[in-house]
Amino acid sequence: MNKITNSALYSYLLGMADDALILGQRTSEWCSRGPFLEEDIALSNVALDYIGRARMFYQYAAEVEGLGRTEDDLAYFRDERDFSNLLINELPNFDFAFSIVRQYFLDVHACLYLAQLTSSTDQRLSAVACKAIKESRYHLKRSQTWVLQLGQGSDESQRRMQSAIDELWGYTPELFIMTESETALLAQGIAVNREDLLQDWTKSVMADMKNSNLQIPDQQWKVIGGREGEHSEHLGHLLSQMQILQRSYPGLTW
Amino acid sequence: MSDSGQAIFDRRIEAEQKIEPKDWMPADYRKNLIRQMSQHAHSEVIGMQPEGNWISRAPTLKRKMVLLAKVQDEGGHGLYLYSATETLNATRDEMNAALHSGKAKYASIFNYPALSWADVGAIGWLVDGAAIVNQISLQGTSYGPYSRAMIRICKEESFHQRQGYEIMIALANGTPMQKAMAQDALNRVWWPSLMMFGPHDSDSAHSGRSMQWKIKLRTNDDLRQSFIDQTVPQIKFLGLELPDPDLKWNEERGHYDFGDIDWDEFKRVISGDGPCNRDRIRHHKKAHDDGQWVRDALEAYHQKKASASAA
Ligand SMILES: [Fe+2]
Ligand SMILES: [Fe+2]
Ligand SMILES: [Fe+2]
Repeated sequence: MNKITNSALYSYLLGMADDALILGQRTSEWCSRGPFLEEDIALSNVALDYIGRARMFYQYAAEVEGLGRTEDDLAYFRDERDFSNLLINELPNFDFAFSIVRQYFLDVHACLYLAQLTSSTDQRLSAVACKAIKESRYHLKRSQTWVLQLGQGSDESQRRMQSAIDELWGYTPELFIMTESETALLAQGIAVNREDLLQDWTKSVMADMKNSNLQIPDQQWKVIGGREGEHSEHLGHLLSQMQILQRSYPGLTW
Repeated sequence: MSDSGQAIFDRRIEAEQKIEPKDWMPADYRKNLIRQMSQHAHSEVIGMQPEGNWISRAPTLKRKMVLLAKVQDEGGHGLYLYSATETLNATRDEMNAALHSGKAKYASIFNYPALSWADVGAIGWLVDGAAIVNQISLQGTSYGPYSRAMIRICKEESFHQRQGYEIMIALANGTPMQKAMAQDALNRVWWPSLMMFGPHDSDSAHSGRSMQWKIKLRTNDDLRQSFIDQTVPQIKFLGLELPDPDLKWNEERGHYDFGDIDWDEFKRVISGDGPCNRDRIRHHKKAHDDGQWVRDALEAYHQKKASASAA
């Protein structure tokens, strides 16, 4: 593999890893705080899948980088500006509806994205995608059911779901923007064309919304910048908590 | 009268056969079980909090996953136990209400704070370790659903204990700062772990009846001694100092002697004035209250579906 591909692959893998870790960390905050015990357990399961996914991407990224760094070096010793996760992953769990709608938008996206990635020319990536897509299909079944139940449930749940959709809507366009690295890797059949997924994603989401007594906002807006390290103020607090031990006592074995 | 419910029940207990939900049982047996089993369920669920306190700060991604999976398992244990208690006609709402009002207790160990990463290790090692000693004995308990829940749970608890001990091994072999962290955690978690087995047999309010009904099979003191005997060599293996100067092998008894447990502290903590009692209940109650609209919405959804299919 040439130098350019190598550095493109590294930044691509970091983006994928950061997305998974930040969402996993956020989702793990539900542990012991779920609306009932069964759901508490299910949310922890989703969080575990994402942290596991992050580890696979970080491990691969560390190998590609070739500087002897580890998954933990990448997760614990990069700052806010270095994290390249998409913004939707870092937003706090404002309420259960917010977390569910976020998860639903991301699950629809992940199923489409990973289906493509399974046929990546990079075998390591296609293997990760094969494992991850099974998890994401299961996540989608869950989040889709929640969207339906809460959309059609009570007036309050319908109102909370609609407001979560309205709040999150402008964070979805970023899911479909290609970075330079992705474009370079796409040419070699390694990465996935995000732009191509928009139509199917919108179609699925519209259908589910219609079923669920919910609406996509008329107003189109977007907030972007995660891949360039331009984050909300929320990420820094998440990282300062997550990284505290490694940063306080660098270089130790835990 | 020979085949009265009571006679059949007594014969089954005598013959060490399980009592099942549909079997006749004395009202006090049922009451005693509900008390003990719901207390056990609440302990699993409240026990998610001290370790859960470190999920966001776990020092490696692998440790984060193992810890999250562990805390999630405890939720699962709570679930099995609530379900088993429901077979006695106690509802989840009643059990939650009793927890929030303070009427139902949970293991007092969880009213202590998890102050450092080493506490996560010490809790897995000592608290799950103590729980295993108790729960292995409860596998033989006379109520079928409780016994089966214990068998399922014990398998996972031994994994928890191992992962906790692994954290302690890493710390004990680490820098002086890490070793001190491990020692501090051991010193703080040790005594409350011994208290997990409950008061001395001579002071235990419920023990007599429970032993008679074979709900409990070994006494508090007996279980506590087993735990101490198995744990002291593990402390030595870590190279940590013993947390009690009176811990000494007694050749004659074939057991370790140990110092006096501070039962005043135990009473203070169990009756509500431990360092975290109020936080634990507030946390649980807040999650429950925040989730009210979700549970209401689910019910509304299912009602709509039911009336739509009836129409
Ligand atoms: Fe447990
Ligand atoms: Fe337990
Ligand atoms: Fe456990």
